[in-house]
Amino acid sequence: MAKKKFVVGCFDDEAVLFPAVKKVRTSGYKIHDVYTPFAVHGLDHALGLRETSLHTAGFVYGITGTSTALSCISWIFTRDWPLNIGGKPHFALPAWVPIIFELTVLFAAVGMVLTFCYLCQLAPFVKKHHFHPRATDDLFVMVIECTDKTNTDDLKAFLTSNGAVETDVQVAEDGWWLGRYDKDEMPFENKEIVAA
Amino acid sequence: MASIKTQFEIPGKMKTWSYALIGVGLVALIAGLVIKGFSSDEHEQTIFWGTLMYNTIFWTLVCNASMFFICVTTMAMGGWQQSFRRIPEAISTMVPIFGAITFAVLIYVVVGHKHHIYHWLDSEAVANDPILKGKAGFLNPVFFIVWTTLTIGLWSILGWRMRQLSSEADEVPMDAEKGASFIWRNTIRAALFTVWFALTVGSTVPWLWMMSIDAHWYSTMYSWYTFASSFVSGMSLIALWVIYLKNKGYLELTSQEHLHDIGKFMFAFSIFWTYLWFSQYMLIWYANIPEETVYFKHRVQGPYKGIFFLNLIINFLCPLLILMKRSAKRNYTLVTFMAVLIIFGHWIDFYQMIMGSLSKEHVTLGWLDFGILSLFVGMMILGVGKALTKKPLVPKYHPFLKESVIHQV
Repeated sequence: MAKKKFVVGCFDDEAVLFPAVKKVRTSGYKIHDVYTPFAVHGLDHALGLRETSLHTAGFVYGITGTSTALSCISWIFTRDWPLNIGGKPHFALPAWVPIIFELTVLFAAVGMVLTFCYLCQLAPFVKKHHFHPRATDDLFVMVIECTDKTNTDDLKAFLTSNGAVETDVQVAEDGWWLGRYDKDEMPFENKEIVAA
Repeated sequence: MASIKTQFEIPGKMKTWSYALIGVGLVALIAGLVIKGFSSDEHEQTIFWGTLMYNTIFWTLVCNASMFFICVTTMAMGGWQQSFRRIPEAISTMVPIFGAITFAVLIYVVVGHKHHIYHWLDSEAVANDPILKGKAGFLNPVFFIVWTTLTIGLWSILGWRMRQLSSEADEVPMDAEKGASFIWRNTIRAALFTVWFALTVGSTVPWLWMMSIDAHWYSTMYSWYTFASSFVSGMSLIALWVIYLKNKGYLELTSQEHLHDIGKFMFAFSIFWTYLWFSQYMLIWYANIPEETVYFKHRVQGPYKGIFFLNLIINFLCPLLILMKRSAKRNYTLVTFMAVLIIFGHWIDFYQMIMGSLSKEHVTLGWLDFGILSLFVGMMILGVGKALTKKPLVPKYHPFLKESVIHQV
């Protein structure tokens, strides 16, 4: 995982955050992500994020569940072990519909949860860098990715002028890595953190 | 808000079309009355009155579903529907009119002693039939007439009170205190309507009006099934009017976001309808008791086979596969197409629910059915159009209007 340099700006108001996001984007900076304490309506749109494809994955998992259930149960009851149940035909579709439905839901639900965890890079023993602990409390934390040419001081000043209450520069892994929080060993140098 | 067009005017084309549809419908009605209604053949009479019954009941319930939509969203403190709430309100103004027609038809059937439609009207048959005797407390002319009067009367009155309250949002700006009291009074009136709705469409009325045609047979799912059918068509009707008004340049505050949520209702309640359809079907299929399978025998294996499965394709498979995608629910053309398809599908559903029991040997779907349908569509277009002109399209001082304007899905 590559270490990257980020400029972090913290906002304490949604109404300030939205114009700031717009300005930062139009100025040509690349926003890595915005961490918020709760889901903010319209923020994904303001950030220009593309529509998630999680539901497409869900549809595929659902179809997989449907066909698994249908093929499995129809093979068992018509080929492998036909039973006479209440004089019903061996291919007793209405009786199977609840099972087919359940398996569809099960596959879709479990599959989507796992896919969601993968997309968000969440798993047991996975560590991620927290840019600001108060992002889970009351701060909206905007993280901007730096390039070689980024002047961090200018950028910090720019964020402050757009209403950031706190800014700093951090070097962090942008991906995910394995580790445990109770044995907190830093896999990267983090000496550049300076409170503004 | 000065630039927003809030006053609807009926376009000439709409008037022409609705009068044409009503004209066609009246011709069909009169022809039907002469050919079938006054026929010496009891069966022909039954078909005529049955056709009137399912059309009147269907359109009354569909229009009433609009008021139910307003009431439940009000009680849920919903804000998103405010920018187009005058449309379901206008649709629900048809309830007294269609209700009166339904009332007239049903009362004629009962008082006119049409025992080919309601077998329980035949007192001699009831006296010799332990099952019908057991149901006589519910299935008798007096209870039928009283309950039908109460049902239609209270739907009209409670709906009217709800609409009347809505007009307050046009008059003066509300401060926090006034707004809170306005919302509270809305909640009370919505709750009253919803309770009455649950006691009627949610339970007794479909049993009384429709299920009692098969006087021996019963299904506790039946009322919910009817409710799901009428509610999903009601949402489709709201969608059609919203899209129509958008196309005419009204409802600037209503956007794809609102259409998306209406589309979700259409999608979700199509699935809900199927759930009830299947629950009713599977239990009877599994138990395989002749007393119960009698309802499905001629529908699944007899002449109604085609309509029965077409019903399932139109009302389940099409909404499931077409409306599933987010982009489909935000596409005006696709939602229009699906709304028309769903209304037609549930009209067919009502057709097989009533006519499937009245004419077991032959499918009677023909000129009379489509003629009466055109009569009701024409009346609906004209009536809703007229009701829309009477109030501004946007309740501009409603406390939740802003929530609707910034609504995002």
